[in-house]
Amino acid sequence: MLMYILRRLLLASITCVAISVLTFVIIRLPPGDFIDAYIANLASTGSSITADQAEAMRHDYGLDRPVIVQYFLWIARVVQGDFGVSMMWRRPVTEVIGDRLWLTMLVSFSALFLTWTIALPIGIYSAVKQYSVGDYIATMVGFLGLAIPNFLLALILMYFGFRYLGLSVGGLFSAEYAQEAWSWAKAWDLAKHVPLPACVLALAGTAQLIRIMRANLLDELRKPYVVTAKAKGIGNLRVILKYPVRAALNPFASSIAYVFPYLVSGSIIVSLVLGLPTVGPLLLQSLVAQDMYLAGTIVLLLGIMTVVGTLISDLLLMWIEPRLRLTGRL
Amino acid sequence: MSTALADDSLAQAGQLRLTWLRFKRHKLAFVSLFIVALFYLVAIFADGLAINDPHATDAKRSYIPPQGIHLFDEDGFNPHVSGLTGKRDMKTFKLAYVPDPARKLKVVLFAHGYSYNLFGLIPTDIHLIGLETPQPVDGIFLLGTDQLGRDLFSRMMVATRISLSIGLVSVGLSLVLGILLGGMSGLYGGWIDTAIQRVIEVIRSIPTIPLWMGIAAALPNTWSVTQVYFAITLIISFIGWTELARVVRGRFLALREEDFVIAAEMLGASQLRIMLRHMLPSFTSHVIAAVSLALPAMIISETSLSFLGLGLRPPAISWGILLQDAQNVQVLAGAPWLLCAAIPVVLVILAFNFLGDGLRDAADPYG
Repeated sequence: MLMYILRRLLLASITCVAISVLTFVIIRLPPGDFIDAYIANLASTGSSITADQAEAMRHDYGLDRPVIVQYFLWIARVVQGDFGVSMMWRRPVTEVIGDRLWLTMLVSFSALFLTWTIALPIGIYSAVKQYSVGDYIATMVGFLGLAIPNFLLALILMYFGFRYLGLSVGGLFSAEYAQEAWSWAKAWDLAKHVPLPACVLALAGTAQLIRIMRANLLDELRKPYVVTAKAKGIGNLRVILKYPVRAALNPFASSIAYVFPYLVSGSIIVSLVLGLPTVGPLLLQSLVAQDMYLAGTIVLLLGIMTVVGTLISDLLLMWIEPRLRLTGRL
Repeated sequence: MSTALADDSLAQAGQLRLTWLRFKRHKLAFVSLFIVALFYLVAIFADGLAINDPHATDAKRSYIPPQGIHLFDEDGFNPHVSGLTGKRDMKTFKLAYVPDPARKLKVVLFAHGYSYNLFGLIPTDIHLIGLETPQPVDGIFLLGTDQLGRDLFSRMMVATRISLSIGLVSVGLSLVLGILLGGMSGLYGGWIDTAIQRVIEVIRSIPTIPLWMGIAAALPNTWSVTQVYFAITLIISFIGWTELARVVRGRFLALREEDFVIAAEMLGASQLRIMLRHMLPSFTSHVIAAVSLALPAMIISETSLSFLGLGLRPPAISWGILLQDAQNVQVLAGAPWLLCAAIPVVLVILAFNFLGDGLRDAADPYG
């Protein structure tokens, strides 16, 4: 079991390194650097800086060193918790990101939680009552969830909210709390706003998980041990919940590893449509402005948080899968 | 299939024919096949189905609501649309063009409109429907117009071409990568397999949209529409190949131990021949199913990227770009018809999903 955990941890750290390299490569891809963008920005407002000043700025920000050196300079400071200064905002990156990262994770985790709580009972129902009206409805809704990109769903909900209910759907806080410090009232306000984006995000993932759960459980239900258990006179519901559902849960649990990154990326684009104060809009702005430290930090942190989320799901899998717990292999 | 003759033909039927027979039983998938085919037909004849020039802007016809074609009037069958008449709003003194039922413009089939090249080769100006005599401002706006006065219906027709082809091209690229890497992984096993599997795991654990956004934002502004198109295709397929590689690897692993593969090895067939002649045919249907499930994901990716303004750039027309106009609630409140661009996206993704499901079930001989 220890070996298994160690292997997972090793893989997770390799993934983190890969993410950091990839992040850095992406940020360095655009021709020109932040200073060029900065000069272009100044030019559009009518002012300019001299070539010497530009050179000095490049030197200050370390942009005149080889790329590989820049990467190690960056990563060395990242490890110490110093993510650099956002060139666009002229403030430390951590300060600019602030609560946004946690709000992103809050929305994604709520969506994950919702995905599970919806998909599990519906998946079980669909398998047990195969080809019933409820099964067909669940399958239909599942397919619709799969077919409607979540930003589109957000857009449609926003339109209907605006048109027929006269309220602006979106945001994570009411106007009066947006600038406030954290308090119980603000947390409650947040709790009231989270379900909508979480639902929007959860729909697509739910569809996938329902299908997985249904297929797994259908396979298990046909097995002889279910018949034996029933023949021994155990109640129908108890038989299903106690044996085949537990067996069918394993592939279901391992599928979170793929659902979670998907939810995180979905939250970025949904945030943009719904105007949520998550890292989504910030990422778009920083990419457009080529603010490399800010964009890099966001992509890096999102990636690492996703890896951690995946790791948690792996440990969860170990908890429900005795074979893994005892032998360390599946 | 109760007669002896039918049984014989079934017993001799090849894998593809058996798959096809099983596939036809799956009603929803069968219908989806036709819907997908219809979409590709639209993509091929996009310009002929378009009514107005999708690029032509005209401030006079900004935000015109959808107008239907009236088939009958007092004189019997006489398909027509209402012309536009300028009216001055006496409160704001703004000149607004509104449909005027008194001005009837005759609609005919195979009308002459803007010129285009059919199949990119044959210059023509025939459109399926159009006005009998083309007018400078008036036109048929089945789904209304956008802010710049461009006809949404015509733009949707033309967008089909880019949105569907970008999916095909990126799936093609992913397929090459997937078969190559998945095949190597499954065939050689050992450290090659481990390495490729780890790479796949790493790629899959990275949230894709931030990654795409990063790469797409890095594309230079000076690139032409075609260059951006291919760059976006590459970006999408670079991440989309993992699922296909997984399917291919799984099949290779399963087939490697099969008797007929071992027999071929014993007979001294080369590795390439075993792969192409013996193994590939027995999982083509699985690959086709995986492809048709991968396509909708690619289409969503393109739509999302273009929607964010990081994908294709105008003047290219894709569904994502059309939806970009509908990003704002204020705009949507005034012109809800702009959301129509979402309909083909949802429809085609549904159709591909049903198709893929049907194919996957059909490809599984034990299903």
